[in-house]
Amino acid sequence: MSQTFTLSPAELALRLGDDALILSHRLCEWCGHAPTLEVDLALSNIGLDLLGQAQFFLNYAGEMENAGRDADALAYHRDEHEFKNCLLTEQPNGDFARSIVRQFFFSAWQQLRFHELAKSGDATMAAIATKALKEIAYHVQFAAEWVVRLGDGTEESKCRVADGISWSWRFVDELFTGEDAALRPAWEARVRATLNEAGLDLPAPVRGITGGREGRHSEYLGHLLAEMQYVQRCHPNAQW
Amino acid sequence: MSNVTPIWEVFVRAKNGLSHRHVGSVHAADARGAVEAARDVYTRRAEGVSLWVVPSSTIIASDPGEAAALFAPAEDKIYRHPTFYVVPDNVKHI
Repeated sequence: MSQTFTLSPAELALRLGDDALILSHRLCEWCGHAPTLEVDLALSNIGLDLLGQAQFFLNYAGEMENAGRDADALAYHRDEHEFKNCLLTEQPNGDFARSIVRQFFFSAWQQLRFHELAKSGDATMAAIATKALKEIAYHVQFAAEWVVRLGDGTEESKCRVADGISWSWRFVDELFTGEDAALRPAWEARVRATLNEAGLDLPAPVRGITGGREGRHSEYLGHLLAEMQYVQRCHPNAQW
Repeated sequence: MSNVTPIWEVFVRAKNGLSHRHVGSVHAADARGAVEAARDVYTRRAEGVSLWVVPSSTIIASDPGEAAALFAPAEDKIYRHPTFYVVPDNVKHI
């Protein structure tokens, strides 16, 4: 079992890069389908922020690996089991409420994680985290406000956001494995505050599903990669 | 109560020292959401440093029916344009 002592910097960069890359792809799936033009752009903006983060992390991971792979090579020419993103990020969009809850859970975790990373002795990682934190502050705020708006909205919207919470809750444990366990109380306090404002509460503990960090993914990731990687796999090294 | 999401007019200040200018409108359920929607729609290419949003319903517009009375009288007062003066060469910034 890979219960981590301390992750190698390369492995950490790969994990954080894959998180951002996969969630970015999910958000871009909303493009043209969001409830309003305003939300459409908001989700795409967040997706593009994450794509930028992914590029920094994966380029750095490639550099440390020192095998000539850059962010593009890592994004387009790895198979499913080589991806190290957490399972939460690859979950299908579902309805808008489910996507919003996924975003809130993830961004709130990312914010705490990156605050730690910004203090890292690794100057590159610290710089990526510091730059990303400004983006993440907005992601958390945007998602939290939508959780409140939906939870405190109509019966229908409340139902949907509650469904989103129970869908995503199983994947929360994976965010807090290894050293990251220490971040959980702060994360729960942040999430609880927003859920309470929305008239909701943290769900009862469930048996968490993990595996993404070791490359064991849900059935959804393969489909996502098939779409994301298709052109590069058909026409390797094509430029556009 | 109407189920239609309210519309907000958006004003962007391009940089400090300039005034906020009207750039368009967004739909949002509340003021907070309107600021965020405005940020996401109108400042994604670094267009601004400050935003105002105003509920469209609070804007009092002139009546198109009164346009003739309000605006036509200005049409033949070309002397109100400062174009009848020769600006001396050494006057700058005009």
